[in-house]
Amino acid sequence: MSTYPAWQGRPTAAVRVLKGAALAVIVLLVLFPMWTVLATSLADPQDVIANGGWVIWPRTWSTEAYTAVLSGGIISRALLVSAGVTIAGTALSLASTIGLAYTLSRPRVYGGRPMLLLVLFTFLFPPGMVPLFLVVRGTGLFDQYAALILPFLVNVFNLVVMRGFFQSIPGELLDAARIDGAGEFAILRRIVLPLSKAVIAVIGLFYAVGYWNRFFEAIIYFNDQTKWPIGTVLRQYVTGGAAIAENSGEVAGASPQSVQMAVVVLATVPIVCVYPFVQRYFVKGVLTGALKA
Amino acid sequence: MTTQITVDVAPPGVETPPPRPRRSRARADRVLLLLAAPALLYFLVFHYGSLFGNALAFQEYVPFLGLRDSEWVGLANFQRMVDDPGFWSAVGNTLLIAVLQLVFFFPAPLALALLLHSIVGDVLRRFVQSVVYLPHFLSWVIVIALFQHMLGGAGVLNGWFSDLGIGGISIIGNPDLYRPLVVVQLIWKECGWATIIFLAALTQVDQQLYEASALDGAGWGRRLWHVTLPSIRAVIVLLLVLRLGEFLSIGFEQFFLQRQAVGPEAGEVLDTFVYFTGFADGDFGYAAAVGLFKGVVGVALIYAANKIAHRLGEQGVYRR
Repeated sequence: MSTYPAWQGRPTAAVRVLKGAALAVIVLLVLFPMWTVLATSLADPQDVIANGGWVIWPRTWSTEAYTAVLSGGIISRALLVSAGVTIAGTALSLASTIGLAYTLSRPRVYGGRPMLLLVLFTFLFPPGMVPLFLVVRGTGLFDQYAALILPFLVNVFNLVVMRGFFQSIPGELLDAARIDGAGEFAILRRIVLPLSKAVIAVIGLFYAVGYWNRFFEAIIYFNDQTKWPIGTVLRQYVTGGAAIAENSGEVAGASPQSVQMAVVVLATVPIVCVYPFVQRYFVKGVLTGALKA
Repeated sequence: MTTQITVDVAPPGVETPPPRPRRSRARADRVLLLLAAPALLYFLVFHYGSLFGNALAFQEYVPFLGLRDSEWVGLANFQRMVDDPGFWSAVGNTLLIAVLQLVFFFPAPLALALLLHSIVGDVLRRFVQSVVYLPHFLSWVIVIALFQHMLGGAGVLNGWFSDLGIGGISIIGNPDLYRPLVVVQLIWKECGWATIIFLAALTQVDQQLYEASALDGAGWGRRLWHVTLPSIRAVIVLLLVLRLGEFLSIGFEQFFLQRQAVGPEAGEVLDTFVYFTGFADGDFGYAAAVGLFKGVVGVALIYAANKIAHRLGEQGVYRR
């Protein structure tokens, strides 16, 4: 049973009912749309069509939409592209963010102040869409998967949070290792990183979600549509108005709605799967770093 | 930035080394500098490269000729911007949506945070938090797909309406309802996540103040007004300042995705204007000029917002 502070006393029944109702409505507003999408994707396509394009509870369950989508066409390819970009991008982003954040967290490092200002200035003036496009073209990244990674390699906010976290590690710990003859790289790997699992998990999730969700850049940087990630493909079908069945020619038998919803589910599932494992670190990992910065 | 408290007591037996010449300092720190190099290179190429790329705002840019050989036209692109009704319509939409976001989106997370904070059961609170944080991690494509599924012409809501014998209403793709719709979408996606910082601030409020005020007979409303809100004032002001500094940055992807459905009159905002003139019409120099304009106004806004914060006796984003 929950306990209330002594000064507060138990709220009246009416207040408790009202609060419970408010919370229930909020939770439903978030979860219900996701549920109907999932239900529609798993329902028998005939039921979906008969009901006008959606169901709340499938009368007969069916994975037809998923087998159609995952049979090796555009969607399967796009999912693989997204997975590859997300894994490679997150690894590169974490490595370069950790490197610079650690260097900037050391007091009296050579050039530390100019480096910090160089980075913080970019926060004030983010790159414009058109000039960034020219840079990406100029660096030869057109139609390269790297165009989905390199322009977003380091996020200033993540960098500042991580630097703040590294600064909160007691300096005595690092000095002791230094006296024992450990080099900077060894200190980073053996002492700093093991102590920073929370912040690395959270920032890793931020980067991964960013890469997984990115769709716009493929539209302007890629001429070759077979290289599109899942977000770009989904956009084509969902908000671009193109019917999925006409375009892919791979979904005979399934209703367009259940297929569309299956794609939405597939594009969401990886995030929903990783999220609970990282969630407990949110406050610990981000706020300690952010509040210091 | 952070003020680091360093304990400057050298361990006994270890002498402070004399100041070294610059070259050898760089060499001593070479491992650290090497670690920093990839990220620094990224900032130099993509951020500072883009910064200089803004030069094309002063050109009649022809992709085939490139930045070096395109014709310099001075401020002609900016002159054209000032005379362009399409630009002013985008400015108007951006400002209107920004004001709506400020009025309706800004207080929402604070209210939700107060509600969440008042849940006493740990398990229940953590469950509700997990649920409301989740939409933040979904992409705009998915959020808009969900909204279409719920509110679209063939969506769930209209299905219910027709079951009840009420005529359907068109919400998605309706220019008249577009502005409320985008604010509702933003609240659905980001309100939960935005509570995090308020929740952290609420746990810092001194419990003794509550106790004292309760003993003095202050009810729920008075405790909120005289204890809770003053205690988290600094956080509220900081977030407000950040929001004002980013006033014109109302988001791009959300508007890019829905602009076609409602048409440019209601749906065009500054960022989509840059995209459609630059990439759809190929008018790069002009698009860059509009983008540069927005960037410069953004810097001015951040500066002004910080001035206000300092006036109010708060820290703002940077100190002084």
